[in-house]
Amino acid sequence: MEQQARRPGTPVQPDFDRLNRDWYIDKVVQLLVFLGGVSAIVFIIGIFVFITREGFGFLLGDFNFREFFFSPNWRPTSETRETFGILALIAGTASVTGLAMLIAIPFSLGAAIYIAEFATGKTREFLKVTVELLAAIPSVVWGFIGLAIMNPLIIKTFDVPVGLTVLNAGVILGLMAAPIMTSIAEDALKAVPDRYREAAEAMGATRWQVIYKVVLPAAKNGLLGAVLLGVGRGFGETMAVLMATGHSINIPTSIFDSVRALTATIAAELGETAAGSSHYQALFTIGIFLFVVTFIINLVADLVVRGVRKG
Amino acid sequence: MLTRNTATVLLSAALVATLIACGGGEQRTLIQNKGSDTLVNVAQAWAEAYQTVNPNVVVAVSGGGSGTGIAALINGTVDIANASRAIKDKEADLAEQNGQHPVQHVVGYDALAIFLHMDNPIDEITIAQLKGIFVDGGSTTTWTDLGVDVPGCKGQEIVVVSRQNNSGTYAYFRKAVLGEEDFRLGTRDMHGSKDVVDLVEKTPCAIGYSGLAYATDHVKMPCVSTGSGATCITPSVDTAVDGTYPIARPLFMYTDGEPAGAIGEYMNWIKSDEGQCIILEKGYAPFRDVNCS
Repeated sequence: MEQQARRPGTPVQPDFDRLNRDWYIDKVVQLLVFLGGVSAIVFIIGIFVFITREGFGFLLGDFNFREFFFSPNWRPTSETRETFGILALIAGTASVTGLAMLIAIPFSLGAAIYIAEFATGKTREFLKVTVELLAAIPSVVWGFIGLAIMNPLIIKTFDVPVGLTVLNAGVILGLMAAPIMTSIAEDALKAVPDRYREAAEAMGATRWQVIYKVVLPAAKNGLLGAVLLGVGRGFGETMAVLMATGHSINIPTSIFDSVRALTATIAAELGETAAGSSHYQALFTIGIFLFVVTFIINLVADLVVRGVRKG
Repeated sequence: MLTRNTATVLLSAALVATLIACGGGEQRTLIQNKGSDTLVNVAQAWAEAYQTVNPNVVVAVSGGGSGTGIAALINGTVDIANASRAIKDKEADLAEQNGQHPVQHVVGYDALAIFLHMDNPIDEITIAQLKGIFVDGGSTTTWTDLGVDVPGCKGQEIVVVSRQNNSGTYAYFRKAVLGEEDFRLGTRDMHGSKDVVDLVEKTPCAIGYSGLAYATDHVKMPCVSTGSGATCITPSVDTAVDGTYPIARPLFMYTDGEPAGAIGEYMNWIKSDEGQCIILEKGYAPFRDVNCS
């Protein structure tokens, strides 16, 4: 509009008359962008209200706090006595996520340090694109790798009866979480001002000393945020853990035990449950629990990352 | 699972739309058929074969499990529900409340085979032994407890393979073998009959159960006896038909009220020799004697 008006020969639009077509377009676009902006909030509230409503009947009725959180007996369709204990499921999710982090943290931190501090030019770009590509692999493909490749491999290598174990799912989940953690950790390292590095090098520090003594402490919050987001990713992952854990209600005592995750339980059972039954509501209650936990993890991660920007 | 349901709904909607669009001159009837994954292959074969019998009737088949099919019948969204277990009292009550009157039709039988790894030396097993392996608090946890030594199975620990807790196969096994007691915790709960067979095939320590139709040449099926003195019966279509195999279950279809019109004709055709020969072809037992050439 402005360009049109400034071109010589074209009549200048009177400034007070703003109610032309462009003005309306401007308002409409503003409104659309605003709706887009708040939609995330609307959706998250909508989802929360939905799962709470579906799970609420259980919370008021059959819900028994002690049984729910401290009993490993998940027997929602029992003919003798229905029990809804998710302790074993929590242990399953926690063990798999924990192992995944043990694997993902060194890998992603190493990759992030290399990409941010050492790699230059084409190598750097190539690595960044590859890491992003790794993050785009669908989780069912990872699950398939766990089932078809890792399972026989674990049986052969470790001489154990079944390869669908904490180890299998942990490795798969670690590889899934690593790319996201690498990206965020690399951003955190890049956010450390170059003058820190220059100052350290001027003092005679080696490359490693610069990274270890200066860059890593300065990027501490961002790195912690990366780890927490990785934990959130692991906690919420469904398909890959459903396929790779063995789906067995069990409190693991070693990495060669089969387990069952919270998410996988919902995925496997919800489809065949009569709507409104206590089993159905109990599954939604697990959903509420997952929602709350991931919300807290993401919130903490966000606060931690924000901390680095202020400092 | 939700997405599968959504997909089914969309697919049916698209199908209905197409039917309305091409309906034109002749009247075409759509029968919605949904439920048990055990029955889904047979139901599909019936639907296809029925096309040649009556081209004016289209049968749309989808799986999802016995519970899903019965739930859909309760909600009035399907005409025929397939189930590998009988309808529960709770479900029947719910259906009556919704104005549906489920009528049960036995359309065949399925022998529930016990699957073992090829290297497992066990050839026969009793119901009591099975219960000891699968039941909560059961005393049998190693193959040594059963007096055998399974080659390639480290520690001789039995890897118990089961099904997810709302499968019809799971419910039938619990009723027939465990006497409605609970399964032990720590079973590997597979999400389909085929997954059970696949896992057992690769795992020397494993034992699992599934419909006979899912048997392959790479797994072993022991004969099953009701007690140590009783004869041990090999799972087969014949032993399921004559009722000697102890863990054979009826396969059901449910309709809303006595089926009439196109649905009635379809149900009668399924129970006819032609329909029953198709179920035999798919590895299940017909519900009565038929002569198929």
